[in-house]
Amino acid sequence: MFDISPTEWTAILLSLRVASIATLVATPLGIAVAWLLARRDFWGKAAVDAAIHLPLVLPPVVTGYLLLLTLGRRGLVGEWLADHLGIVFAFRWTGAALACGVMSFPLLVRPIRLSIEAVDRRLEQAASTLGAAPWRVFTSVTLPLALPGVLAGMVLGFAKAIGEFGATITFVSNIPGETQTISSAIYALISTPNGDAAALRLVIVSVLIAMSALIASEWFARRATRRLHGN
Amino acid sequence: MVRAARDATLARKLIMLRVDVSKQLGDFKLEAAFESEGRVTGLFGSSGAGKTSLINMIAGLLRPDRGSIAVDGEVLDDTASRLHVPAHRRRIGYVFQDFRLFPHLDVGENLDYGRRMNGLTEDAARRKRVTDLLDIGGLLDRRPGKLSGGERQRIALGRALLAQPRLLLLDEPLGSLDEERKEEILPYLVRLRDEAGIPMVYVSHDAAELRQLATQIVMLKRGHVTVFGGVKVLSGAQ
Repeated sequence: MFDISPTEWTAILLSLRVASIATLVATPLGIAVAWLLARRDFWGKAAVDAAIHLPLVLPPVVTGYLLLLTLGRRGLVGEWLADHLGIVFAFRWTGAALACGVMSFPLLVRPIRLSIEAVDRRLEQAASTLGAAPWRVFTSVTLPLALPGVLAGMVLGFAKAIGEFGATITFVSNIPGETQTISSAIYALISTPNGDAAALRLVIVSVLIAMSALIASEWFARRATRRLHGN
Repeated sequence: MVRAARDATLARKLIMLRVDVSKQLGDFKLEAAFESEGRVTGLFGSSGAGKTSLINMIAGLLRPDRGSIAVDGEVLDDTASRLHVPAHRRRIGYVFQDFRLFPHLDVGENLDYGRRMNGLTEDAARRKRVTDLLDIGGLLDRRPGKLSGGERQRIALGRALLAQPRLLLLDEPLGSLDEERKEEILPYLVRLRDEAGIPMVYVSHDAAELRQLATQIVMLKRGHVTVFGGVKVLSGAQ
């Protein structure tokens, strides 16, 4: 039963790689966006906020199709990227990472934004009277104090990315070894005769990954809280 | 000749603070103008008189609608020429009523913060002088969350001093302390005035406190400067 086949291993490792890359690339961007939404007023802020949340409310297949239209090989942006920079997303694992990143972005941004909003602005003022330029106020006061939220956002984003299915399969299809993640492998297996045992193995693996992510996030959050308020 | 030279050194030592600003804050209009050369300028007034808004403008945390602010002849704000030096480039220290120590840094790191941010070289002697002056040498490894109000305020004073400001603003530094703690801090403030050699603007609604510390008084009432002069202008005030 627990003999995980090479194809299954490929799907598991690909899922981990896709979700990790998606989270690592999306995090700096997510922090920047969260900071803008939490600390700045600008024209079109409501529109930006809505656009970020769109993948959360749109059917995933719609998001995937929109990605295909814009970033596909013949897409508006995709064609230019491929011709000028040689970057191709469609039917590549990088495209899977992109789809996962877009889908998990709202979940990543939200806890970060909330934790930045919770940072006492009076501490930021104190930092500036001590000679800290705005970006150093951010790196030395705002970001360390918002760290628990950043970690929570990363774990949530990672968990969402690991489980993402609809947008990924629409945008990059289900190619074993290239774009077949755990989710799309399970989907393929349950429509294959005698695929049940393999599907079940992957289900157990994805439960284990999700649980480890949650335990890790809890551990990080506790450590961060202790660091902030403790001894 | 000798006289002129001595006057010049004195003038260099005494800070010259020139403020002439107005700012609309809700229904309240702050319109204040004064010049001060004292070692400790006491900004006196009841709560709601606009004291904190006024020193926030001196610190650069708040922008005046109109007017100018200059310290030692350097213009920091001038709305006519759209000049506004941001807070972090003013080298003006600020000690807040509510301490505002960084909770994620220990006491030593809090004290070191201003030096790091201003790119100043490490100066163990200066650091020792300040920690001795404020008796905080034994607290360096602690976290602010574990300290008493009096200890926190002494660390906030040390933190501001070690950033080597040219002017130190103190906004009701005893305001959130009980009587016992006030008595604990007051001697340190006197020592600071006499030994640290940094001119200060000291905000308070307590005339007794200012009588002990200030060398000049600016009295603020409903957003306007009503009296300006020596400490004797406080007689009758309470």
